[in-house]
Amino acid sequence: MLTTRWQPLGTAWPETKRLQKEMEQWLRRVGMNDPRRSAQSVYPPLNLWEDDNNLYVEAELPELELTDLEIFVDGDNQLSIKGERKQPERENGTWHRQERSHGKFSRLGELPQYVDSEKVTAELKHGVLTITLPKRKESKARRVEVKAN
Amino acid sequence: MSTTLTPEETRSDVTPVERTSGGTTYSPRFDIWEDNDETILYGDLPGVTPEDLEVRFENPVLTIHGKVSSRHNDIKLLHGEYGIGDFHRTFTIGEAIDTERISAELKNGVVTVHLPKSEKVKPRRIEVTCC
Repeated sequence: MLTTRWQPLGTAWPETKRLQKEMEQWLRRVGMNDPRRSAQSVYPPLNLWEDDNNLYVEAELPELELTDLEIFVDGDNQLSIKGERKQPERENGTWHRQERSHGKFSRLGELPQYVDSEKVTAELKHGVLTITLPKRKESKARRVEVKAN
Repeated sequence: MSTTLTPEETRSDVTPVERTSGGTTYSPRFDIWEDNDETILYGDLPGVTPEDLEVRFENPVLTIHGKVSSRHNDIKLLHGEYGIGDFHRTFTIGEAIDTERISAELKNGVVTVHLPKSEKVKPRRIEVTCC
């Protein structure tokens, strides 16, 4: 005979909680549960988009000034962003909570297109960095030298 | 004496807290510092302008809400590693705060909220008199 017995809530709850915890741990491990959390291993997370003329790279870098950053474009398609976020120095007190990350960071990445590295500009406004990278003219980027005999 | 200051949500990591038709709302990261005079909250709110930041205190809850307007309308996103949306977080504050003197400033996407301790809970040196 099959009987279903409802578990009293007090008994069922720890199990549900444990499962939920395991699920969360797994999701965290594979970096699936949150776009922000998954990007924590690489700082800063970047968004990249384009229009007809430019590529744009954006990063959230609160607290920083442009002078705290080194931005390079190498070989017209390698972008590197380096910087350091310093923790405010405080004395005679206690940190109760430290969720914000501090320290040195650097990111290096290949751009999907060649850009004119001479004309790259960067702007940092309200903690958001936007790098504008003018695309190289297609003719220039795809030019192939053909030797005639 | 320590100030009661607890974030409302149990999962304090940066987590999208809400998905509404208007977009995702994120729980911003905060550092909390306490010394003899005050408790200071530092929160990362990249993209929030002073006009779009609301810091509200309704005893005993401090609410921080930053509106972030979409920066990626009508664009061709090639690669995305983070989402953009409003920031929202609440903290429950103990009675040891002088709520009249709470102040906040926003600079480079970081909000700093000062919660001065009320005089009666500040550590005091007691004068010792003799005979």
